Amino acid sequence: MKRSIEEINEKIKRGDVCVVTAEEMKEIVEELGPKGAFKEVDVVTTGTFGAMCSSGAFFNFGHSDPPIKMRRVWLNDVEAYTGIAAVDAYLGATQLSESRDDYGGAHVIEELVSGKEVELKAVGYPTDCYPRKSIVTEISLEDLNQAVMVNPRNAYQRYKAATNSSDRILRTYMGTLLPNFGNVTFAGCGEISPLNNDPEYRTIGIGTRIFLCGAKGYVIGEGTQHSPPFGTLMVKGDLKEMKAEYMKAIVMPGYGVSLCVGIGVPIPILDEEMARFTGVRDEEIFTEIIDFGVPRRDKPVVKRVSYAELKSGRVEINGEEVRVSPLSSYYMARKIMEDLKKLIENGEFLLTSPVERIPTKSTLKPMRQREIKVVRSVMTKAITVTPETSVEEVARIIIQRNVNHLPVVEDGRLVGIVTSWDVAKAVAMGKLGKVKDIMTRNVITASPDEPIDIAARKMERYNISALPVVDSKRRVLGLVTSEDLSKLLAR
Amino acid sequence: MLLRLRFDAKTIRKPVISIATLETNALINILRANVDARRGEMIVEVEDEKVREVEEVLKRYGVEIEELGEGVVKDEGKCIHCGLCISVCPVEAFKFDENFRVVLDAKRCIHCGFCVRVCVTKALTLYT
Repeated sequence: MKRSIEEINEKIKRGDVCVVTAEEMKEIVEELGPKGAFKEVDVVTTGTFGAMCSSGAFFNFGHSDPPIKMRRVWLNDVEAYTGIAAVDAYLGATQLSESRDDYGGAHVIEELVSGKEVELKAVGYPTDCYPRKSIVTEISLEDLNQAVMVNPRNAYQRYKAATNSSDRILRTYMGTLLPNFGNVTFAGCGEISPLNNDPEYRTIGIGTRIFLCGAKGYVIGEGTQHSPPFGTLMVKGDLKEMKAEYMKAIVMPGYGVSLCVGIGVPIPILDEEMARFTGVRDEEIFTEIIDFGVPRRDKPVVKRVSYAELKSGRVEINGEEVRVSPLSSYYMARKIMEDLKKLIENGEFLLTSPVERIPTKSTLKPMRQREIKVVRSVMTKAITVTPETSVEEVARIIIQRNVNHLPVVEDGRLVGIVTSWDVAKAVAMGKLGKVKDIMTRNVITASPDEPIDIAARKMERYNISALPVVDSKRRVLGLVTSEDLSKLLAR
Repeated sequence: MLLRLRFDAKTIRKPVISIATLETNALINILRANVDARRGEMIVEVEDEKVREVEEVLKRYGVEIEELGEGVVKDEGKCIHCGLCISVCPVEAFKFDENFRVVLDAKRCIHCGFCVRVCVTKALTLYT
């Protein structure tokens, strides 16, 4: 038994189509089984609403008189890319304002959709056909010839969840992560999210008509970084038809600007298999919690979890209960599913067959890099002292060897650090004792395989100028100083 | 009721919380305390019917007292109900209702301000 998209569309036009939300479909499949559910249901609506950084819009501003060939253009001081035709530009959601904090491309897009005017400022390079050098004017959405949202990567099927093993607060694109596994954050809507309901991408493909921020939009391909089962979609839609309530410009504290995008995808129940797929539950959708305490591309996996566990609000890490926050809005995703259901029932939204499938297999490659400079390659030999060394002896070493930082070692292990500043202070206070009386015991260290960018960020954060390089047993291998790092820049 | 107590260099040496407890029989829950060598600040919870008595004792020992209001305020027009605030709140003042809307129980708020700095739509404000 099969059902075609044409048959479904006929039903939609006649007004006797059976549409249910993904949430309702779970219950129906559980009750009737995939076969029974297929008989009853024609369309399942899915939804998602969350921060989707890889979003933006193409604009055509129309030609000024005299005409300008834009070289650079700003909307409310947020730069858009105009390396395309004279008055075409693409504004990215995460592009930051050049004049105000906590404002970016996403805010400009939201303001335009809300009917507000924004300031357009452009500079051009004069030619015989485009003599104008610059322009400043106000524009609103209706003044533009085209305003098309084109989002290179939206609607992540699932996403890694985040936690933080380090001892300080991290401000990330996954929100604020509290120290010592203080919380977990996750993105995605799990069982109601579009791609999880069509995991083999049978009905969601190039040309699929979708609900995009209140307008009809289309899938135009797999999204960038598409990597099943972490699938993504590239989508487009007419900004002029969108509604501001289905989008939201946001500021991730300490990270930057992004745009929350609302997407709904109708899934035609073509056969029993599609009914089975749309019966998927959060318990069957897995992801990993990864540790943002490690500032590298490949972050350690802390735990494999299901979306059901994440949505319960608590997960166990190292025997302790940790509270969980979503980043996506389940409330908005559900609203989108309901609204799309109504549109279809009212005959205002017809389904399409994909003209081309998106890949079901694809892997994510890391960036090809010339080299990753690590601490080992810039560190110098450390001159060490012991806790029993006298302060006078330290002063002598500092002068003779022309160094400022001396790691303090006892039984082969790092136990402290003493600097020329500590010695000067001891002298000034007339306290000429031993190293153990003046050393700093809580030493910030680097590991030999750590990229130098991370070592530099540590020094900046703790306002220090050197890090002892230690192995896993805290044996001192060398010293990396801010001078070593600045030499690299001077080259 | 939540109270913010400020101690100066003199009062900091006295066990005023214990004295207040002994004199009034009130249960005082210390929610936050930040005390250094010269001054201190505390947020304490005192049962409503004993607040006046406790305040009198503390004032006698030179503690500066501020009664804290309802706590953090949520702008419903801005909230997108993502729930990022839920896991950072130390007293679990936020939760999802049955429709997955984020609801706030401001009475629990201890004015730490953490949620305000976490909210992506700036929907949360702390007025005191």
